[in-house]
Parts: sequence; C-alpha cells; structure tokens
Amino acid sequence: MAGLLGAPLAWLLVVYVGSLALLVASAFFSLDELSGRVTTDPTMDNLAEAFGESAYWSLVARSVGVAAAVTIACLALALPSAYYVSRLARPWAKRGLIVAMLLPLWAGYLVKAFGLRAIFEPGSEVGGGGLLRALVGWSPGFGYVAVIATLAYLWFPYMLLSVYAGFERLPESLLDASADLGAGSLRTFRSVVMPMLVPSIAAGSIFTFSLSLGDYITVKIVGGTAQLIGNIVERALLAPNQPLAAAFTIWPIGIMVAYLVVMGRLGAFENL
Amino acid sequence: MNKRVRAVLAIVSGVALLGACGGDDGGDAMSELGEGEGQVNLVAWAGYVEDGSTDPNVDWVSDFEAETGCEVNVKIGNSSDEMVELMRSGEYDAVSASGDATLRLIAAGDVAPVNLDLIPNYADVFEGLKNKPWNTVDGTPYGVPHGRGANLLVYNTEAGPAPSSIVDMFSPDSPYAGKISVYDAPIYIADAAIYLMATQPELGITNPYALDQTQFDAAIAALEAQKPIVGQYWALYTDQQAALESGSVTLGTTWQVIVNLAQGNGAKIDATLHKEGATGWSDTWMISSKAKNPNCAYKWLDHIISPEANAGVAEWFGEAPSNAKSCALTANPDHCTIFHAEDEEYFSNVYYWTTPTKECLDGRTDVECVPFSEWVNAWNKLRA
Amino acid sequence: MRISARARLGYRLVTYATIGLLYLPLVLIFVLSFNSARSLVWPPRGWTTRWWTTFFDVESARAALLSSARIGAVAMVIAVVLGTMLAFALQRHDFFGKQTVGLLAVLPIALPGIVTGVALRNAWVRFGWDLGFLSVVAGHTTFCIVVAYNNVVARLRRVAPNLREASADLGATPLQTFRYVTWPLIRSAVVAGGILAFALSFDEVVVTTFTAGAGISTLPQWILNNFSRPNVLPYVTVMATIVIVVSLPIAWLAQRLSDGGGETR
Repeated sequence: MAGLLGAPLAWLLVVYVGSLALLVASAFFSLDELSGRVTTDPTMDNLAEAFGESAYWSLVARSVGVAAAVTIACLALALPSAYYVSRLARPWAKRGLIVAMLLPLWAGYLVKAFGLRAIFEPGSEVGGGGLLRALVGWSPGFGYVAVIATLAYLWFPYMLLSVYAGFERLPESLLDASADLGAGSLRTFRSVVMPMLVPSIAAGSIFTFSLSLGDYITVKIVGGTAQLIGNIVERALLAPNQPLAAAFTIWPIGIMVAYLVVMGRLGAFENL
Repeated sequence: MNKRVRAVLAIVSGVALLGACGGDDGGDAMSELGEGEGQVNLVAWAGYVEDGSTDPNVDWVSDFEAETGCEVNVKIGNSSDEMVELMRSGEYDAVSASGDATLRLIAAGDVAPVNLDLIPNYADVFEGLKNKPWNTVDGTPYGVPHGRGANLLVYNTEAGPAPSSIVDMFSPDSPYAGKISVYDAPIYIADAAIYLMATQPELGITNPYALDQTQFDAAIAALEAQKPIVGQYWALYTDQQAALESGSVTLGTTWQVIVNLAQGNGAKIDATLHKEGATGWSDTWMISSKAKNPNCAYKWLDHIISPEANAGVAEWFGEAPSNAKSCALTANPDHCTIFHAEDEEYFSNVYYWTTPTKECLDGRTDVECVPFSEWVNAWNKLRA
Repeated sequence: MRISARARLGYRLVTYATIGLLYLPLVLIFVLSFNSARSLVWPPRGWTTRWWTTFFDVESARAALLSSARIGAVAMVIAVVLGTMLAFALQRHDFFGKQTVGLLAVLPIALPGIVTGVALRNAWVRFGWDLGFLSVVAGHTTFCIVVAYNNVVARLRRVAPNLREASADLGATPLQTFRYVTWPLIRSAVVAGGILAFALSFDEVVVTTFTAGAGISTLPQWILNNFSRPNVLPYVTVMATIVIVVSLPIAWLAQRLSDGGGETR
C-alpha cells in the first residue's frame, strides 16, 4: 500500500504542493529598488497591496461573481439536457447525443474563445461586427457579459458530464416510488431528484467555478476592458514583480480551497 | 540652466549613482568575434524582426540567415516591462530595448557591455543617438541605436477631422468617447502627465517622467476620469489593429506600424501628432549577459543597423532610422524628412520612454519623485 | 415520473438548442477558414481554398503539432501510472489523512492554471534549471494525474469488491488476481483516463505558457501566437477544423471506454 501511495504522493507533494509553498513564501520577498531583481529581504508590502487595496477587493468580488454566474448558466442548460438524454431520449440516441455534447470539449479552448469573439464582435456604425451583429443587428460587445457567456460555453461539457452521470445513477425505482406516493413530477424533482443530484452538481461546479475564477485568456479575448484575478496576476508578473504576483495568487488559492472543502461536504469527491 | 541640461545632468547623476552602487555585473564586452553558433534568439518589438511571413516584401531576416547561418527566432515583447521580464530568464540573446527598459536591464546585470569595434555599421549611426544616457553608462556602451520615433494618435478619418490636441483622449466630452484606445502599460501615465502639462500648468510638471507625489496623484486622477470614455486598453498591437479595422476604435495612442497594417486591410484611418508634445522611444539593441549565441547576436546587431536593413525596418515600423545612410535607401524618398530623422530639434520635444526614479529626472532636489515600482502599482489598481 | 408530452417536447427542444449553440462557434470557424480576409469578422470578405491547400507547407504548424503530441504522450504515460496507483491506494485502503490526500488529488485541476503555472515556473527558476521540455511535462503531468485518477477511481467504485475475495478464495495470488480479474475490469477506464489526459495536455495553454521557456512551442501556443500575426491567422482556422474532425472518433472511443466494463453488481 505504501508503495502504491508513495510515488504519486511524492509527485503531488514535492512537485506540486512544494511549488505552491515556494510561491506563497515568495510573496514575502521584495524587489531591489534599482535593478528590480527579486531579493530575499522580507516585506509585508506585497500582501498589504494585494489584500489592503479596495480596488482589489472589488476585483476579487467580481471574479467570484463571474465564476458563480458561469456555474449557474452551465447548470441551467445542463440540467434539462442531461435529464432529456438520460431519461427521455431513445436508447439508441443516448450515446450519440452525449458524444455530440461532449465533442466541443475537444475542439480546443483558444479556438472556441476566438470563435466566440467572432460572434460578439461589436463593430461600429461604420461597419464591421461579428455574427450576432449580422444576425440580430446588435451585440453586447466585449465585456463581462461576453466573458460569462464564453466561459459558460467553454466549461458546459464538464457540468453536463457530471450531471448526466448523476442522472444515470438515479434508480428508476425511487422515482416510481415517489409517484406511487402521490407526488407530482415537480415535487418529485424537488424532493427526490435534486437532493440526489447535489453531489454531481457540486462535482461539476468545481470545474466551472475554478476554471472561470482564474481565467485570464478568455478575458483578454472577449472581455474588452474587463479584468479578473488572473489578469492582475499576469500583469504583476510582467511588471516584472514576481513577489507581488505571488501575493495575488493567494486570493484564488484561498477561495478555491474553501470552495473545495464545502463541495467535499456536499459529496462532490465521490462523483468526480 | 535650461531644463534640458538639467534633465541630462539628472539622468547622468542617476546613472552615476547606478555605477557607484555597482549593481549586478553584466560582465565584460566580447573582445573578438567568432563563428556563428547557428541561431540567435531575439526579443523585439512587433515589426522589428520581419522575415517575410507578415508580408512577403517585408524581409530583412532571410538574407541575414543566408549570409551568417544564424537562424533567427524572435519573441515579440508587447511592452518594455515584458521585455525586462523575458531578458531576466537568460534565454534570449539580444533585445531591442526602449529607454524605460535599458537602465533596468543594465542595473540588474541582464545585459553585457557591447564592444562597438565588432560592429562596423555603428560608424554610420547619427551622432545624436550615440553616447546617450540610456545606452551608455560611465562611458561604457551597452548597445547600438535601432531608431527612434514618437507615439502617435490614430483617428478614424470618417469620424471627423484630425484631432490636434491630446485633450480629445482625456476629456469626458471628447467626441470620440467610448471608442478610445489606450496603451495598456504603466508608462502611459507619462501621457497623462503631458495632458496635465497642457491643462493644469499650475502643477508645474516639466518632465512627464519626473512626477512628485502631488503631480503623480493628479495624473492618476486624470486616468481615472478617462476610464469611462476608454473603449480599449491595448497590450497586443494586433488588438488595436483589429479594433481599428472593425471601427470600434476611432481614436487612440498608436505606432505607425499598426496604422499601416490596418490601412492595408482597408481601415479608414490616419495618424497624427498632437501639439502638446508626445511620448516616444529611442530603442537600443542590447546583448544578454547570458547569451548562448553571442557571435550571432553581434552579427545581428551589425545587420539591423546596416543601411538596407535599417531603412527597411524604419519604413515598415514608421520611425526614424539610426543609420544616416538609410535615408538614401528608403522606398519613399521623403521618409527621413517625415520622421525627422536628422531633426534633433524635433526630438528634443519628444519625451522618450525612461524609467522614473526617486531622484527626480528633471533635476529637482527638494522633492522625491515617484519611482517606477509605484507607477506599476498605481496602473494595476487603475486597471483592476 | 410521468412527463407530459409537452414537457417532453420542451426538454427535447432545450437539448437540441443547446447542441446547436455548442456547435455554432465551431461551424463559424470552419466557414471562416475559407475567408479570403485575414481577420475574424462576419461576413467573410471573400472565399478561397488557399489556406487549406497550403496548410501543410507551414512548418511552424507541423512543428507545433509534433511538440504537443510528444509532450502529451509523455505526460499521459506518467500520469496514468501515477493516477492509477493513487486510485488503488485511496479506494482500497483507509489511512490517516485520506481525506486530505483526496483533496490533494483534485487540487491541480481545482486551482486556476495560472497559479499552477506561476508556482512551477518560480520553483524551476529558483532551482536554477532551464525551462524547456521537462518543465512543461512536469506541469502537464501534474494536472493529468487528476484526470487519470478520477477515471480509475470511478471505475473501482463500480467494481464489486467481492470479486477479488472470490478470486483469492479460489487460490489466486494477488498478482494473478490483478492480472486476471482486476485489470480486465479497469483496463478501459485506464485507457479512457489516458485519452482524456492526452486531450487535456494537448489543449492546455496557461500552464504551458509559464513553464515553456523560449524553445518550446506547443499547438495552443502556436495558435495564440498566430492570432497575433494576422497573416497566419487563417491557418489557425484550418488547424482547428482538422483537430475537431480528428477528435470525433477519439471522443467516441473515450466515451465508450468509460461506460463499458465493471458493470457487475
């Protein structure tokens, strides 16, 4: 057993957690004033900057908001679709439908983001514009709406997969029993189905939430002037101010660890 | 003492301070040129290293590769800060650094002194670009000049006449509100300072890179006030190009190369210079202190400032060449006149990108100026 | 549960509308690969097959494809081995700190890519090593372990534990049990995990950007760089279409493998 555990644990601990620890430690380093090089002189300035400025508090709140919105949007589309494919679709169509919905995952993150850029391009009175503009004459343009829509589009297959697996695990007998006891479909859904789906939803939400929280590339592609946590980290890195970037990363690390603990309580880990 | 001499003195004393402190050592200059190593890895501004893949007629790399056997790999740096960060890794051999990057690179020991005897074309460089505070420290040269230019204003010709003032970039009732494109880098604070020089002269700003706390706070306030009318903060030149082509940006700070590329795709735009004076750059090709291919690096430096190559890049990018002989070789015979290549008077009003330091660059000793690290923090907060 | 015909129709509409929305950007990219203009606006300025006919001459595209494939293959193999080991350890045994290890196994995917990328780059540089193939593989392997682990653990949960006991009762050694009983039951999950891990690595861009250094250019990096070089942009749309078309049978295979096997109760 120790042998089984040893090697992967060594990797995860040494390579992964080790680098994370180094990163957090480096948040306490300062830059040499003249050359800008990282020194090992300790300072609290980076943490004060990352955690003390109200501008960054609102940035973090916005990022959490976007991540939550993306999760909800994915859930809203995944629930009915997964229910349909799992319970209502003809058996021979099931596999085809699921593969059809998962295939876009393979198309590539960047390609899809740029595809959505071509859809949201606002153009102007003098012309240009993307697909939305051409079809309905208007586009929300680049901004938080486009970011949320794009991220929801990108991560939808993850949520779908989780929720679909959850529906598949629902025993039909339970639903029949609920109907026998006189519950209408809505009541059954609320009291029987949803509680049993919570672990799958929690599992799916881990992907949609975390992938959205730290995203900076989609923000750059369709976000216009929008900024999320990931952008600030990248900005600090390019300054170059690596210790400050490290200080900023403590935000998403803290948020995600807390999120994982909560989702773990909801049973997400048995359903990943 | 006029302000120009004061400024130069300040820079020189700042740099002397640098030398006295030692900083990290960039090593010694190479004494002899050897055989090419087979490749050279460059960090450059977009448009500086063209091998025909952007436009088949724009190529000064292929002949270099054929002649020297040094295959060119280029990484485009989108800002001076990014270039400093890239050179720190030690993975690149040479960099085209603007004035706000050179001294940081020298102080950190990321670039080595350059032996100008190994670069024959240096002899033909304009005297006005030699021995400048941003490329020479204590008499030791750290690179060769690439060229110089000013940051222009691009505007959509169908949206109105050419804007003559920087006020259109900042004023809330600007006719271009909502479609303004701003360079996404902390150094842009200097442009806000230029705006203040024109609209709030009582602040007493004389050098946009020498801002004491009061002046700096005013500049940040101007940028905060500008936020609602900004349509795009561009970091990648292609972002601004795309926005110009689609028409979602009708005014912005730009480089001539972006204007050229967008015009090539049909954008109805043109570039102009605002009357209050512009920020600009004077770029230097420098060699990494950890260069793995130093011989090829030296060959590249000699090549890029050779008359033909320098003429090519100056026309493509839209800047004044550094090699005096390039002026006779440009496809447009008026190129050097348009870009004021021989006009030192013109460039005395261009505020070259420089790294702001605590010691005020305009020579004031009664106050402390805001150093670049604070510029970065302020810009991060502004963009958050 | 009784569902009215109208509700059933409603669900079907939502599902098919969702599928339509999912494919809209992909179809758009495919159509734009025939666009004669070098930008991503709609409608296309003109039509040409030029990009398709000259695509295979673009050396940087071929090199990027190869680079991604190599990195993906190595990361996949290491991740599958380590992930499977971890799945067995966590599924079969109870030990102190098991919950934490379970959390740890998910962390590389749960933490944003930029955190992982910056952390690894920082550590690598601090130890004075050169960024390159190894650093990228290290980064990719780390999050690929999660995918491999997930797939195997999900299958192990479905595999009835009494099969192993029965095998032991019949006199098999642990090794024989593994070879003849356990492995055939989890084999397809391991392969599915491997395929998904490869796909994840193939498509990854954030961790790669920070750990790659100067010498490596993977396919996503190629795409990102070439979106910044407008005159190579159309080739990106061609590459994208090819990747999608090639992925169809692979996606099908992965799904089939995940479903099958181990359905003994």
